[in-house]
Formats: sequence, structure tokens, C-alpha cells
Amino acid sequence: MTTMGTEQLFEQFKARAEGVSAEVHRYASESEAVAFVLRFLQDEGAADAPQGYALWAGGPLRDRIDHDVASTVAGLKLAVSRELAADARVGISQVEWGLANTGTLVQDSTAVDQRLVSSLPAIHIAFVPTDSILPDMGALLTKVDPQKMGYITMITGPSRTADIERVLTIGVHGPERLVIVCVDDMEPDGR
Amino acid sequence: MEHEFRQSVRRAVNNANLTGALGKFSEAYRVNRLKAYEGLDFEALRSRIAELKSYAASHLDLLAELFKQNAEAKGATVFRTNDPAKVREYILQVARDNGVKTVVKSKSMATEEIHLNPYLEEAGIEVGETDLGEWIIQLAGQTPSHMVMPAIHMTKEEVSDLFSKEVDERLSSDIPQLVKVARGQLRGKFLAADMGISGGNIAVAETGSIVLMTNEGNARLVTSLPKIHIALVGIEKLVANFADIVPILTALPKSATAQLLTSYVSIITGPTPNSDGSLKDMHIILMDNRRSEMASDPKFRQALQCIRCASCLNVCPIFRLVGGHVFGKVYTGGIGTILTAWFDELKKSEDIQGLCIQCGNCKEVCPGKIDIPELIMEIRRRLVQEQGLPLLQKTIYSVVNNRRLFHGMLRAASIAGKPMASGGFIRHLPLFLADLTDGRSLPAIAAEPFRDRFRKIKQPAGLPEKAAFYAGCLIDFAYPEMGVALVKLLNRAGIEVVFPDAQTCCGAPARYNGAYEVAAQNAVDNIEAILGEEVKYVVSACPTCTVALQHEFINTFESLGQTDRLPRARALAEKTVDFSTLVKRLVDEGRLTLKEGQKLGAITYHDSCHLKRTLRVSEQPRELLQKAGYTLTEMFECDNCCGMGGSYSLKLPEISAPILQRKLKHIKETGAPTVAMDCPGCVMQIRGGMDQDGAKVEVRHTVELLAEQVK
Ligand code: SF4
Ligand code: SF4
Repeated sequence: MTTMGTEQLFEQFKARAEGVSAEVHRYASESEAVAFVLRFLQDEGAADAPQGYALWAGGPLRDRIDHDVASTVAGLKLAVSRELAADARVGISQVEWGLANTGTLVQDSTAVDQRLVSSLPAIHIAFVPTDSILPDMGALLTKVDPQKMGYITMITGPSRTADIERVLTIGVHGPERLVIVCVDDMEPDGR
Repeated sequence: MEHEFRQSVRRAVNNANLTGALGKFSEAYRVNRLKAYEGLDFEALRSRIAELKSYAASHLDLLAELFKQNAEAKGATVFRTNDPAKVREYILQVARDNGVKTVVKSKSMATEEIHLNPYLEEAGIEVGETDLGEWIIQLAGQTPSHMVMPAIHMTKEEVSDLFSKEVDERLSSDIPQLVKVARGQLRGKFLAADMGISGGNIAVAETGSIVLMTNEGNARLVTSLPKIHIALVGIEKLVANFADIVPILTALPKSATAQLLTSYVSIITGPTPNSDGSLKDMHIILMDNRRSEMASDPKFRQALQCIRCASCLNVCPIFRLVGGHVFGKVYTGGIGTILTAWFDELKKSEDIQGLCIQCGNCKEVCPGKIDIPELIMEIRRRLVQEQGLPLLQKTIYSVVNNRRLFHGMLRAASIAGKPMASGGFIRHLPLFLADLTDGRSLPAIAAEPFRDRFRKIKQPAGLPEKAAFYAGCLIDFAYPEMGVALVKLLNRAGIEVVFPDAQTCCGAPARYNGAYEVAAQNAVDNIEAILGEEVKYVVSACPTCTVALQHEFINTFESLGQTDRLPRARALAEKTVDFSTLVKRLVDEGRLTLKEGQKLGAITYHDSCHLKRTLRVSEQPRELLQKAGYTLTEMFECDNCCGMGGSYSLKLPEISAPILQRKLKHIKETGAPTVAMDCPGCVMQIRGGMDQDGAKVEVRHTVELLAEQVK
């Protein structure tokens, strides 16, 4: 088998993720990606009220943005708690890897905040470095170490069920929308 | 068979919601599963899974110990026990020690196996199932009817009634709306729960990790929100290495629901901090409950290769008719029968083991490469060993085992049956074919059995090769014309046919009823009779007989430890060939020529279970029929069982009949005036069905159709 380049991996990842109802976007730089998310929040009418705001869990990208600017964005909170997450409409996080052949996101979510923002809100937005899209789970094995990561999460599309009459229904306990933002030029964070 | 059991079967078969939902699902499943596996080498994948699970099954002690060490090094508490009662007590103790009032659970078969919910509820603890299907079942006070889709038997109207009661408001039966209601109701429970209980899809010894897969996301919440997490894991979920999770994660979602991957996979290694900064109190219970014993059983060890995908249920022609409840409260379908026999008791499987018609569909798709029908046969054998045969069967087999008496009775039947025969069918047959004409006419016993007609056939002299014909009871006594056709074909190819007179029943009826001693005696008689002839081939036009000669004689001797009989059985197996395979070879070699340029019209072909899935023959008869001048029109589900299954159709007519009806429908839908098949048993079932149905479809054995077209 010939090894796939970043472009091919991205294309496959996008197709497979969209195949399971995820939304996939791609931006060249971090600032463009962040701008997209802020626009997204605005379009969604994010506001500080319960069931109206977004919660952004810690991570390299969040920590790099200008917090003074972020704090002026309506309906965006940068501190996560269980109570806040339970009432958030949007959860934002950064994941480490993508898997092309299944359209999957993979994250070291040992920190519970990461899980709270990606499981309780109705919308989950996930940043992923485009060049961290791996071909498949086999390739992932060389990257993850359960000894160092207490809780590894894989996410493939939004939450779903077919438990009533086998009818596929999106959004049971987890998010009903998964918005993936691939960033080409993500700064290395010492991983 | 138990009266109560028969009633539950009847109830299920007549439950239109159930059979409708399961039927539709199973039809879609076959297609979608193939799509999910597209581009993957399924055989290689399942071999890998079988290998790693089999390794684990033979090192359970070692792996459990390793797992405990590694998980405890990470801060989890690991408790290992063989006893379901101890599991329940342990969980209750942890709950009591921590003042737990409410528990949320994600789906776990192991907790069902030990009936955990009622136990905790009795102790005053509120238990909430959070998997949507499980929650529906819990509200309805029922048990799951399918391992992966617990509420598949319920309609949206029923669900809406349940939810309406729960929220005290009249809800519509709009599914997305119902799902929203469930989300709202369960969200509060998640946030309030003191303890989360999960199962585990995989437990990795090397790292002490447990792997959980869900689509709804409930397992993530169960393991993240409450401060205590207990994972109950059957020790068969252990694998040695972290890398072993890849093949299982690859196959499980594809086999279970035809998805590339479940929406969520969690790999948890030791406790992680809660949102208030405290460390999670994490317990992992490794439950044995006879699994180690199973691992040391040479036959049943392979059942531990199961990854609980339930695809064996989805493709089972019986399951799709009766659903899960008939099988009992916990594990259902073919594999469920096996697990019930072990985790519950052998006796509990007495009725349900009889549900398996031995069609082999499940074995084809099992990602754990488990020979489910073979293991069910082994349960039958052990039941017979433990309890003996019912008197009626005993009498029948003592007859079958005495060739002269058996054949004498069959001859007598041909005379006794005559007055009632009309157009080749009779309404009653003596012997073990008695008492069943429900939806199907039975053939008259031939006036002159094949063994007598054979003597009158004038075969050309000086043919260069010899073949022994093994007729089997049906061709010998009901359809001698099939035998005559076979002799004609082989003669044209330069093969002289001999008929060893001492051949007798192939032993399949006895074997499929667990009477292995009887089957072994049949095998011995046949081996002596056939190997007494100097022949190049032993040919049969009955796949069940061919399978007996090629595989089951050997297998029966092995099961009974009669190793001294194996060399002769193997010698026979080597020479045995089914008629389509042999004829195809003869045609390819130019030794047999079919008439050219024939336009014989449309034909459809029914694959017999044993031919397709044990002998792996499906293209040969199709190619031959097309070569002869027929135009092949495939029917839907051409390789699904016709419901005959030997004496199955006599024992469980309420299941056999609807399976036959389905087959007839698919045949008729092709519009072909003729349906061909390679098995006299299938001919008997399908021709009888068509006769009662009144449809003008000719039901023929391939051998007859080909004999008509030979030059
Ligand atoms: S062999 Fe056929 S009838 Fe028996 S369990 Fe498997 S699929 Fe069902
Ligand atoms: S026996 Fe095979 S097909 Fe059935 S649930 Fe287990 S792994 Fe799946």
C-alpha cells in the first residue's frame, strides 16, 4: 500500500466524518479557525444565559488566544465546571488526532473538563491539527500510551441511537452536532 | 418439549410487530454489514480476533492477574470472583460504604447475567438504565430481546405510552421527540447519580485498561459524572496486549450495527480526577461465573472468542422469527443458547437448543470465528448423555440402526401409504415422518425404491471408471428418479455406478438429535459397505449425506473418542464428492457434454444450507444449469434455509412453516417457472409447500434437470 499524504488523509477523513453526520471545516491558520468559531457562535446567537453560552476547555490553542479579547465575546466562557457544562449550549475543545478511515477524533481526555464540554452540550466544536490525521487505528497505537493517558476518547460523529424501531436519531445523551475544525498550521505544542 | 416453551414460540411467531421489525432489520442488516466491511479482509480480521481471544481464553488466570496488577498500580481496585452472589454483595458494599442512593448504568450484559438491578433495588438503591433501549425495557418491566438492540420488539407507540406515563404527559409517537424526552429525563439522573456502573467491551491485561463503546454517549457520562465507577467485566473480555484492541474495535461495530465505528470509544486506565479535583473511586470486577471452566473444555473454549456483536442473531432465520424472549432472560440467539447452558445451567438450554436448525448462517459471519451450530450440537449430545433419549426417539433409532428392519418398514410404508397418495403426495407417512402436513404435502414413499430400480438399469459395458452411489434415505425411498438421473449422467461421462446394498441411513437424524452413539453405528455400517467397493469416487446427490460422509463420521468418532475408526472414516471422506462438483468437473474436462443452443427459459436456484456453507458449493450447479440453457434469475436471500432441517420441521412446525412461506414467496417473486436445488430434503420441503400453495412452479433437483439435457 502506498502511504497517503496529508491531503488524501484529510479528504478521506472529511468524507467519512461527514458520512456519519459530522460537519468538517478546514482553515490554514489558527487565527482563521478561531475567527470561524467566533462567527459560528454569533450565528448561533450565543449569549450568557443558560443553554445559550459556549464553554471552551483548556488546550494549547485556547491558551494561546488573547484572553482579553475572548472575554469580550458574548456567550463565550473559558473556565469549565461541571455545573457550567450542564447548562452550556456549545462545548469547544481541541483534540490531538484524527483517524482518516473512520472519520474519528481522538483525544487524551484524562482531564474531565475535556469530557464535560464534549458530552453535555448540544453542540461540540473540536479543533484538530490537519497534519495529525492518521490513516487508521493501527497508526494511532504508536501515538497513544494508556500508561500516560488515564482516559482516551474516540469520537465518530454526533451521539446517535436507533433503539426505537431502528430509526436512526441523532443526539441522545451526547451532542447532536459535531463541528470539526481542521487547522493546517497549528503551532506545535511539544507533543 | 415443554408446553410453556411451545406457547412462547407460538406467541412470538404470531407477534406481527416483532417478526415485522426483526424481519425488516435482518434484511437490511445483511446488505449494510457487507458495505461496512467493504475493502477489508474479513477472513483475515476474524482469524486475528479468534487467535488473540483464543490465546486469552487459554491464559485467563495469567491475564486476570496481570490486569489486576496493572489496574491497581494505576489506582483502581480490582476484585475477581467466580461467584455472581459475591459480585452483587461487593457492589452493594461499595454503595453502602459511600452512602449511595442512586446509580446510573450503561449497558452491560454481565449485570443482566447476575440480575443486579433487582438486587440493588431491593436494598433501597435506585438504579437507572441509561442506554435508551435498556431504559425502555426497564420502564416496561421487561428483559432485553436482543443483545445489541434490547427494545427491538417494541413499537414507537408502545414507547410513547411508556414515556407518557413516566413524564405524566401525553406524548406523540414521533421518534426524535421521544428521544428528546429521554435525553431530558435521563440528564437529571446522570447529574444526580452517586455511582456509575458500566460493563466493559475489552479489558487489556498489559495496561489494566477497560474499553467501552457506545453510540449514545451514555457510557462517557456514566464513567465521568458520578464519583464512583464500578466496571463489571466478564473475564472473557480480557486480551493480552493493548494492540489487541484494534481488531476488536474494527470488527465489533461493523458486525453489530454495520457502522465503521461506534460514536464513542472510551479507553479508561485507572481513576482520573473528578470535576471537584477529588480522585474517582474506581472498581473493576472481573467475573468468572464458570468461564474458566468453559475455557478448560476442549469443545466450548471457542465460545469465549465471542465479542458480543450479536451478528449471529441478526442472520439467524429462527431468531428473526421468534426474537429474543423465547430464549430466556439474558443471552439470546445461537450464542445465547450456548452461554445460557454454561452461565445458567445445561438444563436451561434444553428447550432452546432445539430452536437451532443448523443452517450455518451464523458461523459465516461470526467475527470470533465460533462454530455456533457445532457447539449447539454438542449441547444436544451432552443433554442426551445426561438424560437419555425420549422413548419414542429411542424406538425410532433402534429401528434406524437395524438396516433390514428399517428398510423393511420403509418398503411396507410404500404399500400402506398408497391408498392415500394423490399425485405423488400423501397426507400421512408412517415412522418418524408422521404427523406433519402443515403447509406442506409430503411425498409418497416410492413404489419401488432406488435399490430395486438400480438392478434393472442397464449400464454400458466397459466404462473406464467406477463410482459408488450413496443414495441416502430420501432418494432411495422417496425420489428414486433422482438416482436414476445420476446414473445416466455418470454413465455418459464414462463412469460405471455401483450401489453398495448394505448402505444405510447417514446418521444425520440421530446426530442432529444428540444421539451420537446411534450416529456412530450408522457411520460404521456405511463405511464398511462403501469401502468394500473398489471405486474412484463416492458420490451423493444429498448434501446432508455428503456432509455426513465427508465430515460428520469423523467428527462423531472424535466426539466419542473412537479414534481407531478415524483412518477408515478419513479414507471414505477423501473419495466423497457431491454430485454438482463432480459433474462440473466432468463437463470442464470435456467428458460430459450438454446439448448446445438450448433455450430453456428462466430458472431460479435455492442454495441448500449444507451445500453452500459446509461443502462450499454454490457456483457449480448455477454454471451447469446455465450451460444447459437455462437463464438464471436469482431470488432474494437465495441461500437462506427453507425450514426443512430434517426432523426440525416435524418438531417445530410453527417455526418451519413461516420460514418455508418466506422461501416460497421469494421463489415466486422471480417469476421463474422452475426452481432448482441440490438437496432432496429441500425438494421435499419446497415441493410440498408449492403443492399446498397451488403455485405453478416446478421444484426440481439439479440432477434431473441436467440429465434431461445431456447429449
Ligand atoms: S445455525 Fe442457523 S439456526 Fe442455528 S443458530 Fe446459527 S443461524 Fe440460527
Ligand atoms: S458468537 Fe460471534 S457473531 Fe455471535 S455475538 Fe459472539 S462474536 Fe458475535
